Formats: sequence, structure tokens, C-alpha cells
Amino acid sequence: MPAVKPKSKPRPEVLPGVRHPMEKYLRTDRLPHIWCSGCGLGIALSSFLYAIEELGIDPNKVAVVSGIGCSGRFAGYVKMDSYHTTHGRAIPFAVGLKLANPDLNVVVFSGDGDLFAIGGNHFIHAARRNADITVLCVNNFNYGMTGGQLGPTTPPEARTTTSPYGNFEHPFNLVYLAASAGATYVARWTTLHARRLKESIKEALQHPGFNFIEIISPCPTNFGRRNRLRDALDEMRYYADKAVIQHGVDPAGAEVVPGKEFIVGKFVDVRKPTYLELYRKKTEELAARFG
Amino acid sequence: MTNKTTARDALGPADKRILAGIHFMNGDEAIAEGAIAAGCKFFAAYPITPQSEIAERMARRLPQVGGVFIQMEDELGAMAAVIGAAWGGVKAMTATSGPGFSLMMENIGLAVMTETPCVVVNVQRGAPSTGLPTLVGQGDMMQARWGSHGHYEIIALSPWSPQEAFDLTVKAFALSERFRVPVLIMTDEVVGHMYERVEIPEEVPVAQRRKPKVPPEEFLPYKPEEDLVPPMACAGEGYRVHVTGLTHDERGYPAMDPDTHDKLVRRLCEKILRYRSEFTWYEEIMLEDAEVAVVSYGISSRIALGGVELAREKGIKAGLLRLITVWPFPDEAVRRVAERVKGLVVVEINLGQIAREVERASRGIVPIQGVFHAGGRIHTPEEVLAGIEEVLKCRQ
Repeated sequence: MPAVKPKSKPRPEVLPGVRHPMEKYLRTDRLPHIWCSGCGLGIALSSFLYAIEELGIDPNKVAVVSGIGCSGRFAGYVKMDSYHTTHGRAIPFAVGLKLANPDLNVVVFSGDGDLFAIGGNHFIHAARRNADITVLCVNNFNYGMTGGQLGPTTPPEARTTTSPYGNFEHPFNLVYLAASAGATYVARWTTLHARRLKESIKEALQHPGFNFIEIISPCPTNFGRRNRLRDALDEMRYYADKAVIQHGVDPAGAEVVPGKEFIVGKFVDVRKPTYLELYRKKTEELAARFG
Repeated sequence: MTNKTTARDALGPADKRILAGIHFMNGDEAIAEGAIAAGCKFFAAYPITPQSEIAERMARRLPQVGGVFIQMEDELGAMAAVIGAAWGGVKAMTATSGPGFSLMMENIGLAVMTETPCVVVNVQRGAPSTGLPTLVGQGDMMQARWGSHGHYEIIALSPWSPQEAFDLTVKAFALSERFRVPVLIMTDEVVGHMYERVEIPEEVPVAQRRKPKVPPEEFLPYKPEEDLVPPMACAGEGYRVHVTGLTHDERGYPAMDPDTHDKLVRRLCEKILRYRSEFTWYEEIMLEDAEVAVVSYGISSRIALGGVELAREKGIKAGLLRLITVWPFPDEAVRRVAERVKGLVVVEINLGQIAREVERASRGIVPIQGVFHAGGRIHTPEEVLAGIEEVLKCRQ
């Protein structure tokens, strides 16, 4: 029997000696990442890093919080204060972090299952309170990390390992959910719309309050393979074909239905006082009354 | 590790951190005051009986001292927010009772794994399940020890009076910073709702967080110092640390191999066990000549003292070993007492959780009589006396 080779992790070098311009924001000693080829998480990550770069935000003042899953690994790759928490609890962790240190720009990066199934309650309450955090949800319509199970955004009739005969559950329309729960910035993009996504992240990072961006992403390994989108490019072509850019649309009608056109763009951009602003106002009133 | 801060410095003239003086308050309120005095600046919780008086007091008090109170949507969120706040650089606490304690378990494990200092209060009530929401219990003692998945060590303290609830809360914050571990205050409905004299001193020590001593490029967030505890770089301090509940190496990076895992889990346990003598607090009452020792904690130990006094009146040489630190279990104290008595009696409001530990620590060298009640009421001193008489019969 041949000796078992230790697991080696070669650094991929597409062009020898050429470094990615966003490397300075990455823990390069943790590369290569664990994401599958064709996955949209890399595009989401680079869009976020370019947004930080172009805004000139001090990376020492950005904290990234993730839950569990493929998107949960986000926090592990960014060279910032980064927290890989428990399944579904990225948002309450981020809420505590932001309240303890309001100087931080706190960004939650997680997936549809983490944020909307096991962590759904925290999402609606953080939105209701207008907690001053930015939530970036990479929606790949299934639980990729655990092998492709049914999730809260899995479209009707889609095949997953736990909906082998086709999904018969009603899925969430994430932008509608966010808007109705009180989010003050709501947008949806796909990983095909990398530049628009980056611009949207820039807006969210500068917008005080609860910001939500849904990032629709291919998952060729677990979702696409079982749903006639075997190749990541097939899914990108699908986005190019079906995504309609429109701003200010009522999110109630902006469902993502397979085979039909769907809306991407900005749905909500309003300003209202954040939890901390209101808390401080109360505290100041208290101080004025009692000294 | 600590420096003294008085009511008049540090936080300016409007400082209301320490309400020095003599108060008439219940155990829940005393815990809240202990937390504020110890420098707690963040409290997240979800309402639950019989904990609500803690949350209500914190909601009133934290805005007065520049802290933040938030009522979360559930206990899962409360515990997560507390861990987040601790990484934001402040002292943080949550409080709950049995059902909420169950919901907090996963994130208590996250706090253990990520070495996050925080304080968790459980005002115990009758259980399992919804049980007896308004009535006393002590059935969460083993859950406190093993409730989160995996093997770990944790510190749990159990007060028998509102005064001790105040004192132990202050100590809990110091221990959580010293060992970077969640510290549990395992109190109960009766101590929580009992009104008594509580004296708050002029000075209360504020524990300091251990900070990195090297620049960011040299800093390894999970490289322990000599005492096995690593310094803690919080968010925004320029260290850009990665913190994960996955098994991690000294860089804080996930490392999926059995050796790293074994090394990490052993250190997380050893950092507490090695120094347990520093905080293994207990009280020995009338034990010098005792033939029977009653072992108890929390409200039950107070009743047990009544039982010991009844026994003395009848000429039975009984004494009390009152456990203040319940986890790690005070093995040595129990063993030493067991070696010089004819029998042990364990009084607790469950059907024998700490009794198992007493049996283990005493290595079965003397008979043990349990005086147990499932919950809903405290014992009577007469029941304790009966237990003392019963265990003496075993020897005859």
C-alpha cells in the first residue's frame, strides 16, 4: 500500500508573482479557501473588500460576524476582527458587539439557512429595532455545507437531498421580509452583478441603521447539480437572462420564482433613528432630569 | 489583576456605580447591584420568572452608569449578545431561569471555546420543562456543569443570601476576567426573592481585562501565558483577531485535527483546574467535633443549618459544610470532612445531583443520606434532622 500523503495545501498561482489587489484584507495564510469552484461566495467577498477599499474605511474599525455554513466561513478569511459564531446567532452577537463599541462598522455575513431558518427570529427583531448593522446574506437556496438540504428560500419544486421529490414548501421572499420587519436599507443583487453589488455594499456601509442585502449566488455542487444548473456558468447565464434591474419596486411582489424574471435592485433606502440613537436620547433625557 | 475604584473617581461626578450603604433588597436586586458595582456595562436578557427583578433593575441602572441594557428576543440571542459585547470590550452579563438556561447552553459553549469572559445568572425554579415557574428548585446544577456539549470546565457559585448574592456577583466578574470563562451564579427563587439587609461597601474592585503585550504583527490570540490564559484583544483595538467556535490553533485559525483539539480542550480545562484552590470557597460550621456532616448549598444550606442546630439541641454532633463554589466541585474539602465523620447528609432541591459528587469525592468511605425534594418548596429543618438521624442508624 502506498504511504498516505499528508494533506498538502498548495497556494494557487494563476499568474506567477501577481497578487490580488485585495489581498491586504485577507488572511492569505488561510488560503486556499474551502469554497467549491463556481460558488458565488468569492465574488461576494471581493465585492465587500472593494467596497471597504473604495470607501477608505479603516479595516481596524470593521468587525465581520458570521454564523455557520459555507457563508459562515467568511469571517475566517477577512483580515479584520472577525467572529465565527454559532448557527443562527451572528446577528445577536453583532448587536451586542455594536452596542459595546459603537465606533465599529459591524457587518454580518452569512447564509440564507443561518439567517432565516435557525436565526430568523433574530433577523426580524434586529430589523425592528433598527440595530445599526449591515447584514449581507448570500442566498444559494439550500444548505450547501451539510450536503444540499432544503432551506427556507428553496424554490417550489426544487430538488434537494431532503426534498427528493421536489420542494412543496412556500419559500421566503427575503427582501419583502426585511422591508416589512423594518430594515431601512434593502437591496437584492446576484453575483453576476458584481459592480452593482459593490456599490450597494458601499451604500449600506455608510447608511446608519439595519441594512440588508440579499446576494443570490450559484451553488453548482449542491443546488445547481440537482436542478439543471450543473455548471456555475449556467446559473450566471440564467441571472443574465432573468434578472431585471429596477429600483424602488414594492418588495411584496419581488419573489424569485424559477423560470421567471425576477427583480434585482434597491427596494428600501430610508432613515430612521437606530436603537443606539434612541437609547442615547433616553439616557440624555434621564441625565437632564436627574443630573 | 484588580485596581480599586471608588464611587467618586473614574466615572465622574455623576457616578452611581456603587450605591454604598445599607439596603433592604432581594437577591435578584443584589445581583444586579453587584454587577453594576463590578463594572458591568452590558446586560442582555429575556424576561422570565423568577429572574425578572434582575433585568428590571439593570434596565433602570445601566443608563445611569453609561451602560447598555437590551431586552433580546429570546435567551439564545441574549447569550449571543453578551458574548458579542464582551468582544466589544466591556463586562457583560445575562440572567435567566431554567427554560432560558437551556436555550443559552449552546452559546455558553461558544463562550468557553472562544474564552469569552462573561457572567450568567440562573435563578433556579422547579423543573423539568416549564415546571414551577414561581417556585424554588435546584435542579439545574448538573446542567450548569455539563449542559453545553463537549468536555469543559466552568465556574459556578451559589449564594445563600442576598448579601452573598451581591458579593459573589462581584467575584464572578473577577473570575471571568481572570480565567476568560463564563462564570455562573447558580442561585434560586427563594434567595432571588428574599428581602434582607445588603451592605454595599464604599469600594468595589473592578477586574481588568488582560491585554496583549506585543504589537499586532506578533500577537497570537490563543497563545496562552504561563498560567494558560491568553491575553484578549477586543474588536477595534487593531489586532484583527479571528475568533471561532471551531477547534483552533494559537493563531485562532480552525485546525481540524485530533492533536490540536486535544491540546486545546485540555488547556481550557487545565487553566481552571490548576488554580481551583484560589476560588474554591466553602464554609465549615460546627464541623470541629462533628460526627455527621451535612453538605449543602444555596437556600438549602440555610435550612440545613437549622437542621444541624436541631440536632445539636438533641445532643447529636452535627455540622455543616456549605458549598459556595459548586463547580469545579470542591473534592478535597468534601473528602477531608468525610474522613472525620460517621456519615454525610446532602440536602438539595432535586433528587440527588450534588449528592453524586459528594459520593464520588468522599469515595464511599461513609454512608450518605440524601434529603431531597423535587422542587416547589424549601426543606424544613426537621427533614434535615431526620436525615441526620437516619445516616447515624446506618453506622449502628
